[in-house]
Amino acid sequence: MTGDPLFAHGVGLAVVLIVIVKAVVAFVALLVSTMLMVWFERKVISDMQDRIGPNRAGPFGILQSLADGTKLFFKEDLLPSRAERVVFRLAPFVAVVPAFLVFAVVPVGGVVTIAHHVVELQVADPPMGILFVLVMSSIAVYATMLAGWSSGSKYPLLGAVRASAQMISYEAVIGLTVVMVILESHSLSTRAIVESQAQHFWQWNVIRLGIVPFVLFFIASTAEMNRPPFDLVEGEQELGGGFNTEYSSLRFALFYLAEFMNTITMSAVAVTLFFGGPDGPGFHVVRWLWPILWFVGKTTIFCYVQVWIRAALPRLRYDQLMDLGWKRMIPLSLGWLLIVAGVIVSVSWGFALMGALLVGAVLVWQAARLGRRRRLAGLEPVTGPGARG
Amino acid sequence: MTPGAPALLASATIPDALTFAVAAVICVVGALGVVLMRNPVHAALSLVMTLFGIAVLFVEEDAQFLAAIQVIVYTGAIVVLFLFVIMLLGVDRRERVTADVFRGQRVVALGLGLMVLAEVVLLARTRWVTGARSATGALEGPGTNVAKLGRAVFTAYLVPFEVTSALLVLAVVGAVVLARRPARTEPRRGAGASPGGEPGTPSGEGPAGDQASQEVPHAGDAGGAGRRGGGDGADQVGDGGGARLEPEEVVPR
Repeated sequence: MTGDPLFAHGVGLAVVLIVIVKAVVAFVALLVSTMLMVWFERKVISDMQDRIGPNRAGPFGILQSLADGTKLFFKEDLLPSRAERVVFRLAPFVAVVPAFLVFAVVPVGGVVTIAHHVVELQVADPPMGILFVLVMSSIAVYATMLAGWSSGSKYPLLGAVRASAQMISYEAVIGLTVVMVILESHSLSTRAIVESQAQHFWQWNVIRLGIVPFVLFFIASTAEMNRPPFDLVEGEQELGGGFNTEYSSLRFALFYLAEFMNTITMSAVAVTLFFGGPDGPGFHVVRWLWPILWFVGKTTIFCYVQVWIRAALPRLRYDQLMDLGWKRMIPLSLGWLLIVAGVIVSVSWGFALMGALLVGAVLVWQAARLGRRRRLAGLEPVTGPGARG
Repeated sequence: MTPGAPALLASATIPDALTFAVAAVICVVGALGVVLMRNPVHAALSLVMTLFGIAVLFVEEDAQFLAAIQVIVYTGAIVVLFLFVIMLLGVDRRERVTADVFRGQRVVALGLGLMVLAEVVLLARTRWVTGARSATGALEGPGTNVAKLGRAVFTAYLVPFEVTSALLVLAVVGAVVLARRPARTEPRRGAGASPGGEPGTPSGEGPAGDQASQEVPHAGDAGGAGRRGGGDGADQVGDGGGARLEPEEVVPR
């Protein structure tokens, strides 16, 4: 069995300690970076909107999220009288735990040797590593859904149903793009995926697969996290606060934490899948430090792009969101998957498939147009509900 | 690692045995919860718990791929679907478990359960069913578990695999055809004269529309409207189409 070299020579006390230390360090690092992310997002957005942003707590307001967290901690914990008590209490944890766990399979650095043990700088390296990310994102759906349902109120329920439909739809796109990465890297293990992209930046998957899978993944992961412009979950005009309307205090803080943590982890996953993870030019001084710095740098750039998108784009309408997912991104990712598979078999096959797919797409498009025109010609203009879409 | 006989359980390492015990307790408690919980949502969540326990058992058996797929497919898709249905149809209230929906349901269920149990025991303990023990040991030879599974699915079991996928695609297409609302194609006699009906009716996008139309408690009326409409099939596409037809069809008369 291949796998984590840490367990190659049996499991002793030292190995157990190393694993615990890795888990604790990852946990603390993720918590601190989430705190910084909240501050970063607020500060960058205010910069883009020509405001100052948080500037009271600590230098440059960097402790603002700590202050907010403390405030949330001491607020009154409300339990709506119509709420389903058990599920209402469970939902915030279902949101936070997957957000933490996803980070466990992300390689943050190279390989170091501690006390004769070869240690990979990631919490765990299971053979199905990248599937673990999909597993956790499919569990995150439950948090939204259960929170909305258990609140015993209309707006959260509608927000939750909407959100889970959205998340499930975009999970399909994420799955298809991940399949392309797997095809190119010949492995499900995140460590192997990163290693297959090492050495030169033109071996990064973003270039090897063409830009399209990365763009699809990025859009889909933004939708999966319910971040703007896909934050219909909490569309204020329509739904009050969305699925977490009825939450307050610490439980609300957990949802908030999960949201920002997801931003970081999905950026980290995007870096792992498409940008070589910790890959980058190293120097001979402190060998183990450079990959970590590269990883952190790349992830920060992605987080910045997420904030930028939030500041720049207005929210989509629900039917536009579903159209984008099902009618554009899923067909595109399916077609691109076929092309990638063809190119892997041989380049000429790839081009043949690409041509066939282009012809097919044009034919389908024309057929749809023709059908629509015929229907419009044959019937009087349809008014009322169901006239569009 | 090898399951099956109790003797093998004794030879397992302590972490293995502990993991198995915890996962087994999770599975059994979840399964009991599915049966005993009165609230359908709680029952569905218990099912999730059982599926998690089984995933842990798969990991324990070094079948990581199966574990991941188990959670993605069953937990991430199928139980979410259950919950969707439960929430949208509004059956999320306690049911009277004492009432028998079908006559003789309990007896048949008991008989079927015993049959399944006997089957499992037969498969696990004897070899005359398939000619080999169902669990003969861990996977051996070079290559990872995932690679071997992939090779098996796309070589030896290619035809069943493809047939299954074709079946699933057919099922999806069939579901889409059945669920389609005929509002656009049917000739609408009262199309021009539909006063007042529009603002109240759902706009037909997404779950909000579905739920709102669920709340129109006129199944009989909707069916009647469909019949009056001259067999345009509105009565077989569910309450969505039927309920929406109602104001337009009724007002002119």
